Amino acid sequence: MISDYLAEFFGNKILGYLISAALPLFLWILPYALYAVYAERKVSAFMQDRIGPNRVGPKGLLQTIADILKLIQKEDIVPASADKPLFVTAPYVIFAGTFAAFAALPFSSVYIGSNIDLGVFYIMAVSSFSVIGILMAGWAGNNKYSLYGAMRSVAQIVSYEVPALLAIVTAVMVIGTLNLNEISQMQTSRFWNWWILGGPVEGIQKFLYIIPMIIAFIIFFIASLAEVNRTPFDIPEAESELVAGFHTEYTGMKFAMFFLAEYGNMFVVSAISVSIFFGGWQSPFGYLGNSLGINWLIPIEQVFWFLFKGSLLVLVQMWLRWTLPRLRVDQLMSLCWKYLTPYAFINLVIVGIITLIK
Amino acid sequence: MAELKTDQIVLNMGPQHPSTHGVLRLEVVLDGEVVVDVKPHIGYLHRCFEKHAEAMTYPQVIPYTDRMDYLASMYMNFGYVEAVERLMNIEVPERVKYIRVIMGELQRIASHLVAVGTFGIDIGAFTPFLYCFRDRERILDLFEMTCGARLLYNYMWIGGLSHDLPPQFIPKLKSFLKDFRKSLKELNDLLSYNKIFIDRTANIGVLPADTAINYGCTGPVLRGSGVNWDLRKNDPYSIYDRFDFEVCVGKGEMGTVGDCWDRYMVRVREMEQSCRIIEQAIEQIPDGDVTSAIPKRVKPPVGEIYFRVESPKGELGYHIVSDGSLNPFRVKVRAPSFVNLQILPIISRGHLVADIIANLGSLDIVLGEIDR
Repeated sequence: MISDYLAEFFGNKILGYLISAALPLFLWILPYALYAVYAERKVSAFMQDRIGPNRVGPKGLLQTIADILKLIQKEDIVPASADKPLFVTAPYVIFAGTFAAFAALPFSSVYIGSNIDLGVFYIMAVSSFSVIGILMAGWAGNNKYSLYGAMRSVAQIVSYEVPALLAIVTAVMVIGTLNLNEISQMQTSRFWNWWILGGPVEGIQKFLYIIPMIIAFIIFFIASLAEVNRTPFDIPEAESELVAGFHTEYTGMKFAMFFLAEYGNMFVVSAISVSIFFGGWQSPFGYLGNSLGINWLIPIEQVFWFLFKGSLLVLVQMWLRWTLPRLRVDQLMSLCWKYLTPYAFINLVIVGIITLIK
Repeated sequence: MAELKTDQIVLNMGPQHPSTHGVLRLEVVLDGEVVVDVKPHIGYLHRCFEKHAEAMTYPQVIPYTDRMDYLASMYMNFGYVEAVERLMNIEVPERVKYIRVIMGELQRIASHLVAVGTFGIDIGAFTPFLYCFRDRERILDLFEMTCGARLLYNYMWIGGLSHDLPPQFIPKLKSFLKDFRKSLKELNDLLSYNKIFIDRTANIGVLPADTAINYGCTGPVLRGSGVNWDLRKNDPYSIYDRFDFEVCVGKGEMGTVGDCWDRYMVRVREMEQSCRIIEQAIEQIPDGDVTSAIPKRVKPPVGEIYFRVESPKGELGYHIVSDGSLNPFRVKVRAPSFVNLQILPIISRGHLVADIIANLGSLDIVLGEIDR
């Protein structure tokens, strides 16, 4: 994997690992977050009959960079009544959860931070790490709005992990591995081998899998929307009720960290969907590198497909955000426990029965 | 098991809060997420309108009325000038009456667009708000064509109007009405019949008809509770008796009569009816001079008058006392938002925090009018 290449290149194992750990941050998360914010503003502007940012740089492309520069210059305010150590560490805890998840994402067959066998499990575990950060931020600000936002957020994320994991388990039961790279590898070269279309399975089972897999994907997608606090589940940040939810008291770069984590999370959950259901880094219709006989082109194409599919799902999240109103907190819970979780269970059982067909 | 002892929390919403629709402060007592009590604190926007009016001549009061309900300035003018005209027994030209009705109904559409749009934001839907503002912008353009102002018009004068309609006004108005019907359909598709929106607003903040009447609620808030009461029909002023339109009332289609959805839908349907009134007015409007009846000196005889109109927010009443001088002795305003706001605690108790915001949005208050 990439860390071994780098270790060989620098002749030092630790240096190689450190650099490979920092790579996704500088190569992908930061530029992606910058342009996801820009895209979100442009998408919303397009949907709302506005123009959107168009002043800084050509077509406003440098707008977010200017915003970040502004945020860096802001005074770093810690409220007098805040719990200082918690208040200061909370944004980094949240960001660490997001960042850690990137380690196991297979960007291509050769670029994956850490090719661990428990990839899916690991990502779900570390991304729920942010719950702690949210609770810390909400409590430390010593603000009632923050506290309400944090409480709602924790209840929401913990609840929605259940259907999300059940949906993933449904898929994993068929796939037979938790290693995201292997999952991607299986769904070779053509889109009908993607797991959402039954995967690379032979015979009648492939067709039987299609509907449960689509249901599993939809459940996972809805639950992941709730996990990253996006509309219609943006209740923790419900601006009309709770000002800004758990990050009400934050300013400057600390606020930017929450922002970065939010957009990072959006990509992580999309990347999980892509890896499991949409073929990961596999191209939907063969590689240009194969037909031209240029081997080094293939990984680059793979990275492109992975990012392209991931960004497409992020775009869907934005589209939903600017279309739908927000649920109320009790409706959110009943949606999770009364609908998503039972359906995910039934789906799991159905898929279990199908796997038994010989 | 002994009952778990819990504390109530007092949450202070406002005066700087994104969804209090101005500088309103709500003192909310919460038990977890459940609302135990709401206390509205008003007065942050008090500008002594009534006292100021005593030091002004009658025409000088008009710009102050603009600033009361700043989302419906035309209607604020409308009520005041009609009241003074009745006090002075001035008969205004027919053309003036028609233009006033057109302006008033356009203003009603503009005001309801803001109400409906901001209600969408309160529920969490941001996009319909901008669609509403896009249409409101076109109404403001129309107003700008007549008097140059986009928010505070000072357009209706005692006995007439500041300017006649420019020649391109009517064609532009017609094209606006044509497009606006489409926008209303779009609004219904995107917001009114959205499943999440209905879940959030149906059966929330139910205001029974008798409570609404007892508290003196008027306008869409009263009609949302199913009471057929519209001053344009029940106590016609100006020339409203010449037009054919329906009074929209809440029917409890999605939940109980008098819930947030009903109040919201009454506004949406009223916009449609306002379009009908404007269309009829355009057909009938005569030619004439809009400034011919403006008196040189506004000096009403000794006496007093209470005159009420159906403003977009409800019954707007002006009680003007004249002592025969150039200045009014007293101008008392019955502001509809002020009366409608007091119902908020009644309809919010027992609901969740998010519902306070929905209830407040469905009441459609304007603080400029409440505090005056």
